[in-house]
Amino acid sequence: MDLECSRLLPALCAVLVDPRQPVADDTCLEKLLDWFKTVTEGESSLLLLQEHPCLVELLSHVLKLQDLSPGVLSFSLRLAGIFAAQENCFQYLQGDSSLFVASAASQLLVHILALSMRGGAEEQPCLQGDDWPTCAQKIMGHVEESLCSTATPKVTQALNVLTTTFGRCQSPWTEALWVRLSARVACLIERDPIPAAHSLVDLLLCVARSPVFGSSNGNLWEMVAQALSCLGPTHVGPLALGILKLEHCPQALRTQAFQVLLQPLACVLKATVQAPGPPGLLLRAKGTRAVAITPGLLDGMADDAMTVDALLASKSSCAGLLCRTLAHLEELQPLPQRPSPWPQVPLLGAAVTVLRLCDGSATPVSSVGGHLCRTLAGCVRVQRAALDFLGMLSQGTSPQELVMQVLAVLLECLESPGSSPTVLKKAFQATFRWLLSSPKTPSCSGLGPHIPQFLRELFLVLQKRLCSPCWEVRDSALEFLTQLSRHWGGEADFSCALLASEVPELAWQLLQDPESYVRASAVTATGQLSSRGLHAPTSPQHAVARQSLLRELLRILSTDSEGFPRRAVMQVFTEWLRDGHADVARDTEQFVATVLQLASQDLDWEVRVQGLELALVFLGQTLGPPRTHCPYAVALPEAAPARPLTEALRALCHVRLFDFAFRALFDCDRPVAQKSCDLLLFLRDKIASYNSLGEANPNTNSVEVSPWRRWAGEQTQPQEDQEPEAVLAMLRSLDLEGLQSTLAESSDHVEKSPQSLLQDMLATGGFLQGDEADCY
Amino acid sequence: MKLYCLSGHPTLPCNVLKFKSTTIMLDCGLDMTSTLNFLPLPLVQSPRLSNLPGWSLKDGNAFLDKELKECSGHVFVDSVPEFCLPETELIDLSTVDVILISNYHCMMALPYITEHTGFTGTVYATEPTVQIGRLLMEELVNFIERVPKAQSASLWKNKDIQRLLPSPLKDAVEVSTWRRCYTMQEVNSALSKIQLVGYSQKIELFGAVQVTPLSSGYALGSSNWIIQSHYEKVSYVSGSSLLTTHPQPMDQASLKNSDVLVLTGLTQIPTANPDGMVGEFCSNLALTVRNGGNVLVPCYPSGVIYDLLECLYQYIDSAGLSSVPLYFISPVANSSLEFSQIFAEWLCHNKQSKVYLPEPPFPHAELIQTNKLKHYPSIHGDFSNDFRQPCVVFTGHPSLRFGDVVHFMELWGKSSLNTVIFTEPDFSYLEALAPYQPLAMKCIYCPIDTRLNFIQVSKLLKEVQPLHVVCPEQYTQPPPAQSHRMDLMIDCQPPAMSYRRAEVLALPFKRRYEKIEIMPELADSLVPMEIKPGISLATVSAVLHTKDNKHLLQPPPRPTQPTSGKKRKRVSDDVPDCKVLKPLLSGSIPVEQFVQTLEKVSRFLGRHGHTTRISLSRAHYGSWRQQGDVAAWTCSRRPLSTQEEAASTRRCDEPGRVGQRRAHPCQSLELPQLTPCCQRGARLHLSVRIWEAAAMVLDAQEFRE
Repeated sequence: MDLECSRLLPALCAVLVDPRQPVADDTCLEKLLDWFKTVTEGESSLLLLQEHPCLVELLSHVLKLQDLSPGVLSFSLRLAGIFAAQENCFQYLQGDSSLFVASAASQLLVHILALSMRGGAEEQPCLQGDDWPTCAQKIMGHVEESLCSTATPKVTQALNVLTTTFGRCQSPWTEALWVRLSARVACLIERDPIPAAHSLVDLLLCVARSPVFGSSNGNLWEMVAQALSCLGPTHVGPLALGILKLEHCPQALRTQAFQVLLQPLACVLKATVQAPGPPGLLLRAKGTRAVAITPGLLDGMADDAMTVDALLASKSSCAGLLCRTLAHLEELQPLPQRPSPWPQVPLLGAAVTVLRLCDGSATPVSSVGGHLCRTLAGCVRVQRAALDFLGMLSQGTSPQELVMQVLAVLLECLESPGSSPTVLKKAFQATFRWLLSSPKTPSCSGLGPHIPQFLRELFLVLQKRLCSPCWEVRDSALEFLTQLSRHWGGEADFSCALLASEVPELAWQLLQDPESYVRASAVTATGQLSSRGLHAPTSPQHAVARQSLLRELLRILSTDSEGFPRRAVMQVFTEWLRDGHADVARDTEQFVATVLQLASQDLDWEVRVQGLELALVFLGQTLGPPRTHCPYAVALPEAAPARPLTEALRALCHVRLFDFAFRALFDCDRPVAQKSCDLLLFLRDKIASYNSLGEANPNTNSVEVSPWRRWAGEQTQPQEDQEPEAVLAMLRSLDLEGLQSTLAESSDHVEKSPQSLLQDMLATGGFLQGDEADCY
Repeated sequence: MKLYCLSGHPTLPCNVLKFKSTTIMLDCGLDMTSTLNFLPLPLVQSPRLSNLPGWSLKDGNAFLDKELKECSGHVFVDSVPEFCLPETELIDLSTVDVILISNYHCMMALPYITEHTGFTGTVYATEPTVQIGRLLMEELVNFIERVPKAQSASLWKNKDIQRLLPSPLKDAVEVSTWRRCYTMQEVNSALSKIQLVGYSQKIELFGAVQVTPLSSGYALGSSNWIIQSHYEKVSYVSGSSLLTTHPQPMDQASLKNSDVLVLTGLTQIPTANPDGMVGEFCSNLALTVRNGGNVLVPCYPSGVIYDLLECLYQYIDSAGLSSVPLYFISPVANSSLEFSQIFAEWLCHNKQSKVYLPEPPFPHAELIQTNKLKHYPSIHGDFSNDFRQPCVVFTGHPSLRFGDVVHFMELWGKSSLNTVIFTEPDFSYLEALAPYQPLAMKCIYCPIDTRLNFIQVSKLLKEVQPLHVVCPEQYTQPPPAQSHRMDLMIDCQPPAMSYRRAEVLALPFKRRYEKIEIMPELADSLVPMEIKPGISLATVSAVLHTKDNKHLLQPPPRPTQPTSGKKRKRVSDDVPDCKVLKPLLSGSIPVEQFVQTLEKVSRFLGRHGHTTRISLSRAHYGSWRQQGDVAAWTCSRRPLSTQEEAASTRRCDEPGRVGQRRAHPCQSLELPQLTPCCQRGARLHLSVRIWEAAAMVLDAQEFRE
């Protein structure tokens, strides 16, 4: 601890124990704790306490005070815990009405338990309960008593203490602890209703994850299996998910957990599947023939009464259960330890059925189905969850016919006038994911065989959505268009379907949308289409306006009043420059000069950063790409530079890149300055490599270094091109590394120091201002 | 209480309610879907329509070929279109006392009822309803009269012939009662019988019932109605909306505690969300116009068109369509656009507040000013000079059978660039388009119906909690095309009673009470006796006087002295002459038992409604002189109304005997409903004795004076 802090500490302790003094807030105390933690990691706590008796006074004082704020009490307890981790034994306090205190006390309890066990039991790992140290006995007695209590809060506390214990401590004694307590926990599962179910699930999972128990803990697995069959649908989902995420766990239990997880979807399927006919689910989509889906895992699952009750209880309970189930399965799907075989087909069937229930087109076959139909019709929340889930299922392999049905459902969702903007966004995302995963055929078409027809229908829908009066819809439609053309811009089928529609034309028109977000998305979309050569077919009406997208984007960059479209233009331009877009390649220097000039004057810092990015790309193209910094990368022979250094520099001067970069170096927005710094460092590095290649060093000695501030100044007048020599001199005169490290420090690095924290807290207490008399 | 159902159309209702000696017609809707069976009336000579082949029977018999024409596999009647009227035989319509109109769409049959049935009553409606209803009628008459058609087909209506016709003509109902459109003269005469009312205005009908219009949120001036007596309340809910469109919001609170709620006029497209449909409308309009096509919107001259214009006002600039002209063509276009701006008090709050700003409530005024929206009475005249394409045309009639829309269908139907967008939900768009087939024009169906959907209805019913719901049978089952959608029907407890055309429903009523006032001098004479803390009783002997459905207890006549036969009887002005009362039964009231009965009944009644009644059941030893049947006496402890409070104060000021307890002068008694003897205007004198005389229950708290 530095001297200044040591000096401030006693005053602070005085403030903390003085009930009349307001303590700034809990965040301050949290920060203070963090700092103490750092300090105690660096030096001995004992020494710290000896050197700062005020801390001991604080702790002992706190215990005597009656009307202390919970915040300070919690702070003191945790501070004590920090010291206790090295020193020893404090009183504990549990069950305080304040959540802070209860949590702190619970944590402290765990610390103490762990400490006392470590002290006494390290040499006898399988210590029996009777031989435990008194302190641990006492704590366990308390926990046992709480577990038997009928008051749910007491049970919750006990379970939380145990969860923390098993989570933190993985010594052999925890196994003995579990042996001692498991019967009590098992009793909880037998109660009806199960108290503190949430905490119980946490505990079971925590124990199951603990490496101490290995894979042979039959008692634990029995208990988990029982919990799976007894817990209500709200709590059983997280437990089942947790079990399925475990790396080692009996297969039977995994099967049970997965069935539990699938239960709500099985109910939904059962309530909507046609009873007669072949077993399985008949999925029907517009214009496709019905395909039987074998339910697999879902087949033969008995209806769980609790799940059905939850589905039928109320709209919110039904929607909540389905959303959680879908989210759990979504979380499980990408994991390597997910159940195998993964019931891809029934799950797809379930997702589609849920969507059909939401849009009212599902056919219920039972009273449960009728009820679900009534509950879920128009339920946007479930619709969104189902679309997310459906999108995730695109990663699995599905039969081609089923894929077409999924696409048909998505198309209906996109088409429906009743779909809300948020649902549409999700539907666009899901459609994109399914298209992305559509089976590639080795035929001439890169896309699947049915995709061209689908694309034609999709563009009709997209066309309508681009005309929506709701800007969110126009925006997500444009984003979707951008994604599509980025991935399939080169495919003949895609561009054929796209150009046959009015989509490119509409995207162009949306460059003038009244909503700035839409304009920005339109800029990105048209930029992307243009890169792929997917220009809107010219109609005489707009022929004049459409002469050049480049001109239109420059107009937006120079005149648009909102930042988003201008940022989007800069991104498009950067991409164009990188990809050598035809319009840019025609006169790259002129293009770069114009864009940099506009960007440098922009009031939006992101536009300026993007301008520097574009400058960097241009630099790379003029001087060669940046060197790889990876020391293990195979060192490729340095490619011969495109042109001599002087000529390259002259080109850079010509586009006024240095004007922009030097001015940006002193930009009031830090990211701009950082970016500029990186750019100049790259340039210096490049020049050095030129020199190492032996190219003649331009003679800079004779150049009078003009004050470089001239560039950084506010002058905006056009000036003659800078001489490369002057630029090089300038570069050499700058301490770019120093600047870079200064800029790398966050702007609040002063405010973040512990000294500042102590001063602030004292200032709140009025101590630094000194004279209390001043107040009067 | 009975409900006579004269129309089977759920959104164009016409029901008659018999309630407490009054006969009230609820709405007067005209089902115009019958016109879909007729050929369109072209404004400009249409060679296509006039050259359609006549229809002949399968055996080649062509005797109907003058009346029926065939077009793309459909058969149409070539005649002046006719409308299907409400039932006129189910009840003698000359006995209808009043007609209550909910909104301008629900009054289109009014001239048929008021002018041809011997109706002598009054029609009640709000001012915008009348004014816009007049416009709708005027437009209808104009559309039909300006295309004179000599032919009127009747042969096909013969039952034996109709059976041979193809669907849908074969299945058309009550064709013999179909009538041609009324004339402007009949319209004016019908409208002259209307009395204007304002929201929440209380209108007394013969002292028996009170009717009150409430804002229903559906259209300018649209209302729901409360029909109530002192102890019965019937709510009539017609086209209502909870969406924030232009009209004043719906008043739901006043519908609470109804005994019966008659529910009609729900949305006809329960699965379509109006917002989504407006979005569809705009997108399709923009796509068409951008491609150089024209957009035709068949519509009524008032209502949704205001909202569509407002939506387009915001949309066209953002969609880059500001240069596209919008045309509104209707004989009443000008009046409709102007009326909408002057009915400020009937508009939603947002629009009302604009009255204090220098801008009109609806933005279509600005569209007109900037020449973006132009309106014309007809396609003839100025319109043909100004007409520019591509454009958007709003015009009637939504049935596509008459009006300027017929011309545009003929003009634009051949090009696939053009689009017709259906926004009115009243007609099936496929049937409307049938006589125009084959059609190259694109057709978009975006029905915008802002009326209540089933979710909103279920919330509303939970909120207002009527004892019974009565609705058209269509609302008690899912729509035929979506039989699995159990959410698309009314779900309430007890289940709704349903009706269909030409059915008479007996409405269930649990409460049967009348309010009776006690004359102050009679009240003064009562001496309540506290029989238990908080409960006092007094016996009362009185004469019940009933006039104009008001009941009054008067002091009993002094028993006439037995005189010698020759002396003349003294004539009493105040007290009606009556026969000698039967001698009172003597004895004492079994107080404990009596009070227990009172409490039991009061607990029972307290659960039903907010009026606490104490009923003295089987308290009947006296006799009605004329009726002779009293089931119960009750005493009301409900809070006094302001009027009653004032009356009570006045009466209390009257000198009373000092130091003696007086009955609260305003305490009211309730008698079983006097229906059998409550003929309007009849004068009844009834003398009543109850129990050993009569009993009265008073709340001890009212004696704190």
